[in-house]
Amino acid sequence: MKHLLSTKDLTRDEAIQILDLAEDMADAGTREVKKLPALRGRTVVNLFFEDSTRTKISFEAAAKRLSADVINFTAKGSSVSKGESLKDTAQTLAAIGADGVVIRHGSSGAPRVLASSGWIDAGVVNAGDGTHEHPTQGLLDAFTMRKRLHGDASRGRALDGVTVTIVGDILHSRVARSNVWLLETLGAEVTLVAPATLLPVGVNTWPVTVSYDLDAAVAAKPDVLMMLRIQSERMNAAFFPNAREYSRQWGFDDERLAQLPAASLVMHPGPMNRGLEISSGAADSARSTIIEQVANGVSIRMAVLYLLLAGGAA
Amino acid sequence: MSTFLISGVTLPDGTRTDLYVHNGVFTDERPRGGQTIDADGLQALPGLVDLHTHLREPGFEQSETVLTGTRAAASGGFTAVFAMANTSPVSDTAGVVEQVKALGDAHGYATVRPIGAVTVGLEGQRLSEIGAMAQSRAQVRVFSDDGKCVSDALLMRRALEYVKTFGGVIAQHSQEPRLTEGAQMNEGALSGELGLAGWPAVAEEAIIARDVLLAQHVGARLHVCHVSTAGSVDVIRWAKARGIDVTAEVTPHHLLLTEQLASGYDARFKVNPPLRRDEDVQALREALADGTIDIVATDHAPHPLEAKECAWDEAAFGMVGLESALSVVQASVVDTGLLSFADVARVLSVAPARIGLLDGYDTPFAVGSPANFTLYDPAATSVFGVEHLHGKSVNSPYLGRELPGRVVTTVHNGTLTVHDGSLIEELARG
Repeated sequence: MKHLLSTKDLTRDEAIQILDLAEDMADAGTREVKKLPALRGRTVVNLFFEDSTRTKISFEAAAKRLSADVINFTAKGSSVSKGESLKDTAQTLAAIGADGVVIRHGSSGAPRVLASSGWIDAGVVNAGDGTHEHPTQGLLDAFTMRKRLHGDASRGRALDGVTVTIVGDILHSRVARSNVWLLETLGAEVTLVAPATLLPVGVNTWPVTVSYDLDAAVAAKPDVLMMLRIQSERMNAAFFPNAREYSRQWGFDDERLAQLPAASLVMHPGPMNRGLEISSGAADSARSTIIEQVANGVSIRMAVLYLLLAGGAA
Repeated sequence: MSTFLISGVTLPDGTRTDLYVHNGVFTDERPRGGQTIDADGLQALPGLVDLHTHLREPGFEQSETVLTGTRAAASGGFTAVFAMANTSPVSDTAGVVEQVKALGDAHGYATVRPIGAVTVGLEGQRLSEIGAMAQSRAQVRVFSDDGKCVSDALLMRRALEYVKTFGGVIAQHSQEPRLTEGAQMNEGALSGELGLAGWPAVAEEAIIARDVLLAQHVGARLHVCHVSTAGSVDVIRWAKARGIDVTAEVTPHHLLLTEQLASGYDARFKVNPPLRRDEDVQALREALADGTIDIVATDHAPHPLEAKECAWDEAAFGMVGLESALSVVQASVVDTGLLSFADVARVLSVAPARIGLLDGYDTPFAVGSPANFTLYDPAATSVFGVEHLHGKSVNSPYLGRELPGRVVTTVHNGTLTVHDGSLIEELARG
């Protein structure tokens, strides 16, 4: 694998390979010395055109545990905010000798443009592009589901027959897209729940079931319920009348938590709006995997960086 | 004045003949002397007329100038172009349109007819000096805010009524602005997957429906720019059946390319209106064949490299099209059996000239008509490359694609502008 741009590109074998490698990385993280020498001498650039503390520190921790040299390049306050183009930035990073570029960009497709441009030869990891994809988030979510469902027997397994319901702003969510394609590849059954305004036109062609009714979706007893963040700017663009109405119809509150089977998982990619799309009771319950997701994110990102930059050699 | 003998040429109706040009017009007397052009195997077409060209001058000379744009036009077989008004300053006064026309006259590669802006600064607030532009030396007859839609219904009604005064026409860029805020590509399953904001077909169709009803109500003439959807075709077909005075154009790229090309995020395929579904392409081809759509117009939209070498949503809309138009029309509707070369002569020359009130194109090749024509080799094939482009910009969606046909000769008002497939550098002005 040269780049990781989307989960849609991943085969089932490739996806399971990444998840299994992440298991190894997680195991290494339990040792006294967490650091592995795999990427010693390699340079990874975190190229963040959008603010994202959580994803950036996760990639930084992953690269450092593999002994890579990490350069953080944040657009704000840099030459990029003075009008430098993606092309110039990429050529600068190529001249510095970057082996891998982790890119977060507000424009859908920017990582693919970077990877196919010829401006830089480095491996490119999409760390979230516009409303397109966030593949390492999809992978860490699948990893988290597999770990909770299969525990130590996870290696080599997919998610066949697992029912996953994703709730919220599907239209603008790169997390939802990466999850939908990856879960389909791994054999899970996905249901999307949202008001019709927050579902993309053409969602009927996706490999999912679509519903507008969260109560019905909860009553169907999904194995996994994944809540997505609702961004405040959506409220000013007529996607729904106000936060109160959204929360009442599509928020995962304590009453809905009580209806969900005890074995079901409650997931959220973070950052959460407590009290809007998810209640504190749900977020902090034993069924919640939200903290595990953060920890697993480091293992997944180690696995991806290793696969891209260590030349695939074990 | 120039004198030509063109031997063994095939006319649009398929007949084979010799053509004689003397003093810049077709004549039935075999001329003495002059230049003989062996046109054996070549298809003669009347000089192509583009009702929708962006020449970018004044204001955006890094993308194109009147000189480079008309050279691109000549190399594509065009002898007349209508220059859109979104220049800087905007072509909304007599001074600007006269300047653009004068530049075209001075260079001589093609007749340049400026299009006037409908509203001041293309801002959609107040009518521009339409009458002054009409009466100027540029004799503007086509008015358009192209790039932007005249979305205010009352302003559109007034514009339609006002241009009736001198037989003008409003060429509408049909795009409901609120429905297309931030829009990047056709709205559908693919835009949802790619995470690019959708440009829904209804945003075009709703404006066309409103405008044909307005045109009917005030008894005015409407021209619809770059029709791109099957639904728009239905609306126009309905309007024509009701006798509404509407004409419509389609671009070559909407006849050949589909939205699938957006999936690699290569901004060369970003255009407004966007590339649509295959069903739309098929509907547009059929509409051109049955006359629902009257003409092909290029929407030649040059942009510098930096406007396309970036993320998709940061890139400019538009593609160059003058040099490739005839080849793309051949590939999409001639080679597929929908149009003959007689139809091509109609949709790329006679009809656009009639819509734009451009004289000299109503009886092509007839004795006494101005010698505006192109000789085209439909049997040639080549991989389209930058060497085929003669304007300033290279934002063509066809680079690397095999296309049929080759423009061998172009004659503008009796002056040879393209010979043996090469532009004439110093025009011997006829």
